[in-house]
Amino acid sequence: MNEYFTPGDFLVLKPVILLVLFGMGVMLTDLLLEKHNKYFNAVTALVGVGFASVAMWMIQSQMNRDGAGVYEAFRGAIVLDSFSIFFTWIFLISTAITIIISIRYLEIEEENHGEHYAIILFATAGMILLATGMDLITLFVSLELMVISIYILTGFLKRDRRSNEAALKYLLLGAFSSGILAYGMSLLYGISNSTNLVEIQSKLAQRPAGDPLVMMAVVTLAAGLFFKIGAVPFHQWLPDVYEGAPHPTTAFMSVGPKAAAFALFLRIFMVPLGPVRDQWLPLLIGVSIATMTLGNLAAISQSNIKRLLGYSAISHVGYLMLGLVSGNDTGLKGISIYLLVYAFMNLGAFTVIVAMRRRDLIGDEIDDMAGLMYKSPTAAVLMVIFLLSLAGIPPTAGFLGKYFIFLSLLETGHYTLAVIAVLYVAVALYYYFRIVSVMFMREPIDKELPSMSPGIRVALGVTAAMTLIIGIYPNPFIEFANRTVLAVMR
Amino acid sequence: MVPISYFLVLAAILFVLGVAGFLFKRNIVTIFMSIELMLNAVNLTFVALSYHLRELNGQIFVFFVMVVAAAEAAVGLAIIITVFKHRESLNVDNVDLMKL
Repeated sequence: MNEYFTPGDFLVLKPVILLVLFGMGVMLTDLLLEKHNKYFNAVTALVGVGFASVAMWMIQSQMNRDGAGVYEAFRGAIVLDSFSIFFTWIFLISTAITIIISIRYLEIEEENHGEHYAIILFATAGMILLATGMDLITLFVSLELMVISIYILTGFLKRDRRSNEAALKYLLLGAFSSGILAYGMSLLYGISNSTNLVEIQSKLAQRPAGDPLVMMAVVTLAAGLFFKIGAVPFHQWLPDVYEGAPHPTTAFMSVGPKAAAFALFLRIFMVPLGPVRDQWLPLLIGVSIATMTLGNLAAISQSNIKRLLGYSAISHVGYLMLGLVSGNDTGLKGISIYLLVYAFMNLGAFTVIVAMRRRDLIGDEIDDMAGLMYKSPTAAVLMVIFLLSLAGIPPTAGFLGKYFIFLSLLETGHYTLAVIAVLYVAVALYYYFRIVSVMFMREPIDKELPSMSPGIRVALGVTAAMTLIIGIYPNPFIEFANRTVLAVMR
Repeated sequence: MVPISYFLVLAAILFVLGVAGFLFKRNIVTIFMSIELMLNAVNLTFVALSYHLRELNGQIFVFFVMVVAAAEAAVGLAIIITVFKHRESLNVDNVDLMKL
């Protein structure tokens, strides 16, 4: 019983260990590389992600052979179930795509250091642990591993004032929210005498209703988590950080870390705070309405496309929280599918923006997209697909995520919420189509073509294909998400 | 024997002071110190509860909070130095290139 690091523990941690090893390897080999072949770092990092994926796949097939469903490691501190497996795949895919779209971008910015890829791998390790953690200590440390890595990535363009500023804002607000979250965790520990989420759940269920200490723990934990996922009223950092960060980093953190923060959010609200659902439900409803409203309305007046997508990300957080408001199988399935789909469509949209970055043009104003249709029809058409999917129009994949969330709201009788959510889709269509109209109706401002490097081509192909495939043939993905739900509801 | 509530109330006061410092101070380094104060309030809560409950996990959490605070300080001070190089100022009100 007192053995640590048994073969079982090692098996569960293998993808994380591989990612960290390759991250350190990238930092070492970076020293040996000449300036013109820094792309090799990206190759090493991709190999690392590949190895981690293979390890993950092997764990999954072994799990199917055993018929175990759940692997526990380190005495229940790390739990690998279909919930964490689902999220791990989202993280690995988004990391791989981020790596291939960063190569050309970093060359243009003349900041192509190996640390970029190493830190992406470390952040991914943190994200995977965040989805697998079942213990407050594990969750806190892995959350910090993830966000500290992203602070560095945000400020990676040392000579760019906007990048510095975004990093500073993210750092201060992120550390502040981590402090609040840690305080909430300390209260949970005091209430339950344990740091294990399942034990906390059973202890919390025994507390009398309306206990002020539980109330305080719920409020502090919720505030910290709302910060991390970017929900109103703790969303102020998000548009600034999205605008200031390097394009590939914005793409990365709008997808992977967001999904990881949501995994943490779901775990905390479903497992330890599950018994006090009555106390946080009104809070969550209010916050999700405010988040959708502010995200959608503020996006209308933006002129910077990254900032616009930042506000749109806030509104998506509002939709995702609605899945937890309904809290039944369909709602949780909706959240999982939504996050998977969101990973592809958002990465795709950001990949087009990365392609707009040229030597003399930052390419993040909406006007920079003018006449893209005449310069690069493929990129323009794909961008339309991604934007349609973000708005949630069938047959694209975005429709599927919204469909399950709205369905779950109807199933649980939240009709008003469902109506509000559907109405905001119309608003979203308006601001997404502003981008489309600029791309199609305006004359190009210059003759220079977007830089479609091989990496960007691959990334665009994969994300567009997945956005359409999940939209047209969703059954295997729904099946996959279904198993996720069973794991988190157990 | 000092009752546990004294420690918890002290920690809560320290935490609120940290939050107040974060919200009202204008110097970036002071804001950063306020965050450290919040984390230390968390540590105090954990240690007091751990002692009271006769359970060790809380003390282990404290070690990790300290590690995380150190990592955050290392990254944070580096970021603050880059910002200072560009702007020659440590006032948060001057970091306003993007509208907040």
